[in-house]
Amino acid sequence: MSADQKQRSIRCLVAKVGLDGHDRGAHVIARAFRDAGFEVIYSGLHKAPEEIVQAAVQEDVDVLGISILSGAHNTLIPKVVEGLEEYGAFEDTLLLVGGVIPDEDKQELKAQGVAEVFGPGTELEETIQFVRENAPRR
Amino acid sequence: MSGDSQGERVADADEPPELISDLLAGDHRALARVITKIENRAPGYRDLVSALHEHTGDAAVVGVTGSPGSGKSTLVDKLAEEYRDQDLTVGVIAVDPSSPYTGGAVLGDRIRMASTVGDMDVFVRSMSARGNLGGLSTATADAVKALDAFGKDRIIIETVGAGQNEIDVVRAADTVAVLVPPSSGDTVQMLKAGILEIADVFVVNKADLDGADRTVKELREMIELRDDVNPVLGAGKHGPGVGSTPNDGGDEGSESAAGTLDTVGGEEATWTPQIVETVATRGEGVDDLLDAFAAHREHVAATGRAEEMERTRYAEEIRTLLRDDAAGLLEREIERRGGIGEFVDAVVARETDPYEVADELLGPLRECVEERARDEG
Repeated sequence: MSADQKQRSIRCLVAKVGLDGHDRGAHVIARAFRDAGFEVIYSGLHKAPEEIVQAAVQEDVDVLGISILSGAHNTLIPKVVEGLEEYGAFEDTLLLVGGVIPDEDKQELKAQGVAEVFGPGTELEETIQFVRENAPRR
Repeated sequence: MSGDSQGERVADADEPPELISDLLAGDHRALARVITKIENRAPGYRDLVSALHEHTGDAAVVGVTGSPGSGKSTLVDKLAEEYRDQDLTVGVIAVDPSSPYTGGAVLGDRIRMASTVGDMDVFVRSMSARGNLGGLSTATADAVKALDAFGKDRIIIETVGAGQNEIDVVRAADTVAVLVPPSSGDTVQMLKAGILEIADVFVVNKADLDGADRTVKELREMIELRDDVNPVLGAGKHGPGVGSTPNDGGDEGSESAAGTLDTVGGEEATWTPQIVETVATRGEGVDDLLDAFAAHREHVAATGRAEEMERTRYAEEIRTLLRDDAAGLLEREIERRGGIGEFVDAVVARETDPYEVADELLGPLRECVEERARDEG
């Protein structure tokens, strides 16, 4: 069984959504996830919610991490959630948001299905630990 | 967290038949999940792949390989776009290396797949090499089956041409394109890597850069050289003595060859790799590349080579599975006998040697096989 477990690797999609060209944070996360032994698919910049949904469904990721620094999270995240639901992928995808999100919006995002919101200054180890503990077991 | 347990239940209940029927019905999520199970060697994946087999055989599979930065992903993107223009559905498997230390990987090929985003009829799946030698080619071949059974008309396997592992991966393809960036020296390096032998089409991508002409020339010389040096080898693959015994199995291949078999027949039977120049970023030369793919397909179909390749592929697949299964069986035997550690101790202490240990562990298996042979003989 140990051989089987070795084969299993947490798959993550790190995505930049909307008109937001700041991808340093997404790169840092992608690298940290890689070094933690995860398989990371990076979306590239300026993706529409439906493109992210397409990638998440096709790649069958365990974790979808969306980086938003533009302030458009209240419009974009629900569209991603909706898309995932459409393909039956919402239930077993751990949805994370990283970036500058005001406190009052965090609760709203969580109510919509975001598992956790990571703001500026979050330790990488904290995020990695969260993923390890909460990634859906398939 | 209730979502997690629910997800688990759904996945478990979905196991073999339903997941496959969903896949065959065109459910993208089911296709994605089947490939995940194949990748993870998840319990029950073998039943899934078995169930897929009868639905396969309709897709044309193309392998695209080349050194890092040669433009594979961009070219694959343009190929997918062109296929979609022809109303063909496309599956892409992009293999990227993973770290041998952490097992982690950044799979970046998707970034280049920009021309067809939002089009679910292009199914792109990134796979990491996961450092497991040999297993990758099996997983890729199985994933191709999933896409084939799903009904994709064209399947593209994209991988870095960096070693035997990758070469094994593209073997699952009917036609293999090797990308060569225009710069001197690379062609010589390719000879070393043995990539010349697997290329059906050479693609000089970034053909607008300096040195492209020279690379084309070098490739042409290499291909000609190969044909000169290898006439016996080339002929040998297609029946004995093309030069001497004209009617020996050469008939099927020669419907178009009215001339003498020793010259025309020999040339007909062996595919000479084509060289295509492309500028993938602008989509230039992609038509020519598709024509080259089509020409190769027609050629292998007409010469019976396609059937031969399919048979070879399945034979190799059966052997690979047997090797893996036998290895697993023996691994269990090692466990049963107290683990590999004790054997290693004995070898280190010079009490025994690796060959003797292998003989001993293989004993029960050998006895069984020999007993059967005796019973039948």
